[in-house]
Amino acid sequence: MKGPVDLVFYVLAAVTVGSAILVATLPNIIYAAVALLFAFFGVAGLYILVSADFLAATQVLVYVGGILVLIMFAVFLSSRISSVELSNPVHFRLPAAAICLALFGVLAHTAVSPAFIPKPQVTYQPTTAEIGELLMTRYLLPFEVASVLLLAALIGAALLSRPDRPDIPRPDMEEP
Amino acid sequence: MALDKMLVVGAALFCCGLYTILTRRNAVAVLMGVELVLNAANINFVAFSHYVSRMIGGQIFAVFVIVLAAAEAAVALAIFLRLFATTGTVEVDTADHLRG
Repeated sequence: MKGPVDLVFYVLAAVTVGSAILVATLPNIIYAAVALLFAFFGVAGLYILVSADFLAATQVLVYVGGILVLIMFAVFLSSRISSVELSNPVHFRLPAAAICLALFGVLAHTAVSPAFIPKPQVTYQPTTAEIGELLMTRYLLPFEVASVLLLAALIGAALLSRPDRPDIPRPDMEEP
Repeated sequence: MALDKMLVVGAALFCCGLYTILTRRNAVAVLMGVELVLNAANINFVAFSHYVSRMIGGQIFAVFVIVLAAAEAAVALAIFLRLFATTGTVEVDTADHLRG
């Protein structure tokens, strides 16, 4: 855990945190979305460094391929392109910065405290098979509940985003 | 690279997300802040799972967090579209119709 791995970690941490700061501060929301892309990629790299290979692939597929595209769609559908900078005003900068810096101090102080005892031997091995086995055995109930939740979110999102057209009579489901 | 460095990165990510949530008034940008906070929590789960715990449960938990984030993003963006169709803007300040 010396040398190149440390260098890779620092590069990934700098990319992640720098992009997150850009997400928080950039005035243009489209630039903020692009910065969010780099933050997600940095987090995926950090996952690989702590031997979470399956999670890194999931992060790239779901966050970068799904959530970020959704956010981009929402940006383009919900604001006029010409006024995209005006659509994102910023208030309460100083108190929010004070709160966040104080919280970061507390969290960082907790993180470097000796309360967490690391295990002596850190191993690196593929985790995909183990995660799949655990999802089908020990965590089967949360897995199924998550599938029901995804179905509910799918139906709910489709229902919510459907435009209301009062001029077209809605087909009645009760009567044949 | 050890546990404390990963936790510091997670804390920084969390604070950036919190700052985004507190300062932005565009609902989509607030959602970006929520995603940053969820990523920070995931980093903590995975770091503890790798450095402290013998089990892989932290990674399983992170998988479920990603599932919840995807569902949340889909529903939230549908709500934003309805808000934009109703009020013509996605500023969170304008959605105060429930106030008496």
